[in-house]
Amino acid sequence: MDAQTPLFPSAYDLKAPAGAEGWEDLYPYYLTFQPNLREKEDAKFWFCDSQHWPNPFKPFDAVTVEYAVRCLGQYNTRHYLVPPANGVDYRIHNGYCYMSPIAVAPELIEGRIPQFLERAGHYFQNWDSLLDNWHKKVKANIAEMEALSFEKLPEVVPIDWITEGRGVDPHLDIMGNYDAAIQLLYKTWQYHFEFLNLGYAAYLDFFGFMKGEFPTIPDQAIAKMVQGVDSDLFRPDDELKKLARLAIELGVGDALKSGSVDEALAAVAKLPHGPAWIDAWEGAKDPWFNFTSGNGFYSTDKYWIDHLDIPMGYLRDYILRAEAGETIERPTAELIAERDRITSEYEAMMDEASREAFQGKLGLARVVFPYVENHNFYIEHWSMSVFWRKMRELSTMLKEEGFWPTDDGMFYLSRQEVRDALFDYGNAWATGGDWIGPSYWPQEIERRRGIIDALATQPPQPALNNPPAVITEPFTIMLWGITSESIQNWIGADEVEGALSGMAASPGAVEGIARVIRSPDQLSEIQVGEILVAPVTAPSWAPVFGKIKATVTDIGGMMSHAAIVCREYGLPAVTGTGNGSSKIQTGQMIRVDGNTGKVTVLD
Amino acid sequence: MGGQGMSTTAYTLRFGEIGRADHGRVGGKCASLGEMTRAGVSVPPGFAVTTDAYLAMLDATHLREEIEAHLARLDFDDVAELDRAAQAIQIRFRSHHLPAEVEAAIRAGYAEIGEGTPVAVRSSATAEDLPDASFAGQQDTYLWVMGSDDVIEHVRDCWASLFTARAMKYRHDNKLGQIEVLMSVAVQKMVNARAAGVAMTLDPLNGDRTKIVIDASYGLGELVVSGIVTPDNYRVEKVLMEVIDRRISEKHLELVPDAEAATTVEREVDEARRQAQCLSDAEILAVARLAKELERQNGCPQDVEWAIDADLPEGENLLALQARPETVWSQKPKEKPKASYALGMMGIVGALNNPIGSR
Repeated sequence: MDAQTPLFPSAYDLKAPAGAEGWEDLYPYYLTFQPNLREKEDAKFWFCDSQHWPNPFKPFDAVTVEYAVRCLGQYNTRHYLVPPANGVDYRIHNGYCYMSPIAVAPELIEGRIPQFLERAGHYFQNWDSLLDNWHKKVKANIAEMEALSFEKLPEVVPIDWITEGRGVDPHLDIMGNYDAAIQLLYKTWQYHFEFLNLGYAAYLDFFGFMKGEFPTIPDQAIAKMVQGVDSDLFRPDDELKKLARLAIELGVGDALKSGSVDEALAAVAKLPHGPAWIDAWEGAKDPWFNFTSGNGFYSTDKYWIDHLDIPMGYLRDYILRAEAGETIERPTAELIAERDRITSEYEAMMDEASREAFQGKLGLARVVFPYVENHNFYIEHWSMSVFWRKMRELSTMLKEEGFWPTDDGMFYLSRQEVRDALFDYGNAWATGGDWIGPSYWPQEIERRRGIIDALATQPPQPALNNPPAVITEPFTIMLWGITSESIQNWIGADEVEGALSGMAASPGAVEGIARVIRSPDQLSEIQVGEILVAPVTAPSWAPVFGKIKATVTDIGGMMSHAAIVCREYGLPAVTGTGNGSSKIQTGQMIRVDGNTGKVTVLD
Repeated sequence: MGGQGMSTTAYTLRFGEIGRADHGRVGGKCASLGEMTRAGVSVPPGFAVTTDAYLAMLDATHLREEIEAHLARLDFDDVAELDRAAQAIQIRFRSHHLPAEVEAAIRAGYAEIGEGTPVAVRSSATAEDLPDASFAGQQDTYLWVMGSDDVIEHVRDCWASLFTARAMKYRHDNKLGQIEVLMSVAVQKMVNARAAGVAMTLDPLNGDRTKIVIDASYGLGELVVSGIVTPDNYRVEKVLMEVIDRRISEKHLELVPDAEAATTVEREVDEARRQAQCLSDAEILAVARLAKELERQNGCPQDVEWAIDADLPEGENLLALQARPETVWSQKPKEKPKASYALGMMGIVGALNNPIGSR
């Protein structure tokens, strides 16, 4: 290979697709590659994080990448002083998000170790009590978000505000509540990473130990030893299964099977045991239906609690399957037995000295790993459900006031511009003049919508510039699963015709008909026995995993959702194929080998 | 034979019915076949004709007295006389019918394997404390026996084979007694191997115990063992029990039984099958499970000969022919101990500073 030519293109040479010109102005200046920094930016290796942000985002939605990646960094850099790693730098280019981890200079690593031992050590030693407190903090944060409201400004300030001598108006609350929502979101993402990096670090230690003992041990075997079976991430799905059983037991199953959600619930309510079932349904909703069919990072995410037809559809499916005599519950006892079997069989193959290290490292990994799985429900699902709902309320309120014609208008504004629009709203209300927004935003939003749509026509580059000779940055490896080897796979993208390779994420090999799902709205198309092929999957898709034979995703590693759920359901999975969902078409016969990470189109 | 497993005078016992308490009356070979069978390991199906049957033969036909009469005046050092006595005793054995109940039990046992099915009839002596090599070879094995009349005749031949001149001399020299050593007989289905081979419960290339490595080809396993055919080579992850590698070879020859000639013949493998994977993935895993189970039972890495029988129903057609401890890697001295692992927080620091994916 020509040493002069970088392996991946420079951002500065990657032009926007036609119709997307001027996209840079949709995002803050610090998120784009600045023209006068080319030399510096081109010297860094950037990889695309399409795992979390697979689609170009609207200006407002960029807040999720800003807060998530920034807060990841704060813990490495400023809280725990992770010896070799600071945070991860990030940019948006052509609507996609590129990451570049910032290593600690080698001569500084040693000096950070004592501080890391003290700070991170405190967390590991007090994991359970600190985590208890974390749950309290996160729930309080959610409650604060829930309490926020965005009412239209009244014609006049209420009389009691006059008689009480308040001396302020309700617009102050709108501004305050908006700022509070953004601040609470910021706090949400700080909490998100309080434990996460440490959890991954302990897992990485155990993982490295196992690879040292058994160089050829499959990654999935190590994952299985650590993975929990009663993760909160499975609760929403488990709740639906319980509701299905209860519906059959209380004789309300048939009433639930048809009509809209409201019609079905009304039909149930009329039955003798209907109210008891409705109580259970209502009880499950909060919090377990704060569950997105996406990944929490987009304003377009559909949460069950706002779209009850989604859980109702799954529930109906479970009722039918339970009535047909199927076991719909997860075989948790078997999963635990299997986990113990795998653990003890590998342990039996170790010598005495290794066994002690094994038990210590496995023990710690099992203490910390539940957080790695559970946090996702509390942050990406529950917290983000409430945040997006509040933001949609605000967008809808301004739509009704004429600022934009559609409910999603606000998300085409950046979070700073929303403050401007809100000020505009309160400004003209105060002066008695006209809002400028209604004559400014509709066409501007249309223009921006055109840009975003144009950006979405062009897939991202897997990476930019030259990778380092060896990837040593632990978070690149841990959180994104990017290694020197996976980069080689991106380069060798022009593989054999009809063959794709990815990560062997869940064992087993099957052949079957592919069903390509590009959006959660298509989930109902899946037929029993098909192979799910998707850019990425979400935890709320769990109910379809009971129907399918295997999963192939474009994005994700060993600990991605698809991998975890497939191991749970005993289905083969190949993740991170890069472009499986584009190369494979619905209806094609494919072979998925979850042991080797190969996917073959057989037709 | 059915239902006789618990009785005190069972003339025959299926391998699966042979309990620890029965070892004294089925001999070493049948006892080990029984142990494997009871442990869930499939071996070529069959049954033991117990020493009770042998004793019934001696008593019902007065053979005991006849043998004692021959022995009473025998000079064991006179080779010609010993030969004459041995032949006379063997002729006496063959001149008697088996007791009716014994015959009926053997016929029933054989019918269960399948009337007309080729079987091996092998002696299984009870003198287990004797050094195997010097004694075991002195009893007979009859292959390709077909039909219940022939089976009965060969059971009797096995009994009679206790009284070859060599065996009698051996017992005499070792003061074992002549009538005290009893004989059981194994009647076992001949394997009609569709495919066969060897499974090792470690990787023979590097001693990696997390792998099971299988060589497999068509027909009986001899061509694999002798290296005449390059077998398919499969690798299975031992804990997850997943096939992780399949190397398919061109398998041009197979060794198959020729029942007519009561022997085996080498045959060209037809074009279509030569390049095909000779075991399905399910069969690969079944072989791996068998090998893993034998390793577990025996407590050390194993080298297992196995066959898939073309005549048995799917799910029951994988048979263990032989299992012995792996010797190459098991006898290697342990590598020098690895650098000790950093524990606790220092382990985590090490993992962050030198993550596995970067090595």
